[in-house]
Amino acid sequence: MFHSILNKESGGKKQPKAIPVTLSTRIRLARNLRQFPFPGRAEVSQKRAVLSKCIDAMSGIKGLNNSISVEVDDLSELDRQILVEQHLISPELSQVEEGSGIVLTQDRACCIMINEEDHLRIQVLRPGLDFSSVWKHADELDSGIESAINYAYDGELGFLTACPTNLGTGMRASVMMHLPGLVMSKNMDKVINAVNQLGIAVRGLFGEGSDANGSIFQISNQQTLGESESAIIERLNSTLESLVKQENFAREKLLQDDRTRLIDKMSRAIGSLKTCHLIQSAEAMDLLSLVRLATDFGMMPEKFRGLADRMFIEVQPGHVQLSAGKAIDPSRRDELRAELLRNHFLRAPLLDLSSH
Amino acid sequence: MKCHHCDNQSTVHLTQILNGQMHKMDLCEGCAQAKGVTNPENLSISNLMDKVELEVDSNAASMVCESCGTTHQEFKKGGRLGCEACYHVFRPVLDPLLDGMHAGTKHLGKVPAGSESRIQFEQSIHSLKKDLQDAVEKEDYEKAAELRDKLRDLENQTKATA
Ligand SMILES: [Zn+2]
Ligand SMILES: [Zn+2]
Repeated sequence: MFHSILNKESGGKKQPKAIPVTLSTRIRLARNLRQFPFPGRAEVSQKRAVLSKCIDAMSGIKGLNNSISVEVDDLSELDRQILVEQHLISPELSQVEEGSGIVLTQDRACCIMINEEDHLRIQVLRPGLDFSSVWKHADELDSGIESAINYAYDGELGFLTACPTNLGTGMRASVMMHLPGLVMSKNMDKVINAVNQLGIAVRGLFGEGSDANGSIFQISNQQTLGESESAIIERLNSTLESLVKQENFAREKLLQDDRTRLIDKMSRAIGSLKTCHLIQSAEAMDLLSLVRLATDFGMMPEKFRGLADRMFIEVQPGHVQLSAGKAIDPSRRDELRAELLRNHFLRAPLLDLSSH
Repeated sequence: MKCHHCDNQSTVHLTQILNGQMHKMDLCEGCAQAKGVTNPENLSISNLMDKVELEVDSNAASMVCESCGTTHQEFKKGGRLGCEACYHVFRPVLDPLLDGMHAGTKHLGKVPAGSESRIQFEQSIHSLKKDLQDAVEKEDYEKAAELRDKLRDLENQTKATA
């Protein structure tokens, strides 16, 4: 049952179209129950009590009636890895021994982690850039749960969390951004520094720091106390807007100053994806990044943007094994990954340079 | 950790409470010898007061949350608190940290209205029950009857909304 949700192609009819630069929006709320120690300090029996209280509280909620709940230790190693690769749960939660759980909706738009670092981590995700609907959704879920559970809360400090960095709103709002222009023009370190000054954190989503695989970054608020949720979102939003501008500027400048080299890279990326027979996930991510970039330039049909986004996830090691239906060793994985990419890019056209 | 007296690695760690304040000192083997603290019977920081400048670490080092057992050391090391009561216990060391960590030190976000009112309700039931008990003990039956009515009203109120 759970396996089938993970295996399902993301989508459904209402899936918004993939847009340039911003891949997805996420809000995470950290909450704890009154009168129970935080998970890091709790006995297994206390964690079990929290888990069942939370699941009970969620059973009647409208937004969750199409969801399933599982205990983490009932999941196979592979299912846990899949959840991590889809950014639905943290690597930390995937490693816990006992007393932790996950509530996941069928459309994978909400995933609630129970007994991670805090009792509850309510997460709502959506493709594209859309904080207002994501916040509304997360806020409703939170209020629904709170109608049945007493939260640990202090009038002055707000929601009490295991780590003081999450205190107050307990909210981490983030977007996944595709920033190949800033990476290729070697501006990423500068941007990270500037943005950090504004209380905004940037980290590579796959890999580390400014050399993130696929040039994909997660941008989020660092501070959670002393501002309302809407003020935090507003500040983050204005930073994002300026990041998008800078990224677009960097792209245009690359196309002007170093046109042939850039076109060569994008063109070869498509060639590699059509012809590879062995490929590691890091290289695949970088090729897919160039496909997404070419699509944004209007040199590839629109549908390749969504395909690149899907492949970013499906080339991860767990997903390759999921589609193979069994655990396989890394070299065989590289072969299967190449096959997957070849099949998807079989009919991909050459770059259309007519408008450039 | 470096020796309090020179740059060597410290191997001798002294802790003593003087006038309710925690004093800590870390010394290397050599300095410990020189100060004559290697003999456990002689181990008294007060003897060293005039010789070595002491680091006074307020009362922080001895802080411990009675509710969950988290110590100040653990908090300093892992950066995590263990329960909601920790926020009261460690508040003095937490406040200066929050100042640098966040945009402000006062919560301006969402208020969990349900939790707040339920907690307030529990507290008023609790205090009414306590007052009632006091009234009965003092044989103030008029007051007791009045409190009993209030309690009944409050409890009916929840049944109606539940
Ligand atoms: Zn020394
Ligand atoms: Zn505690």
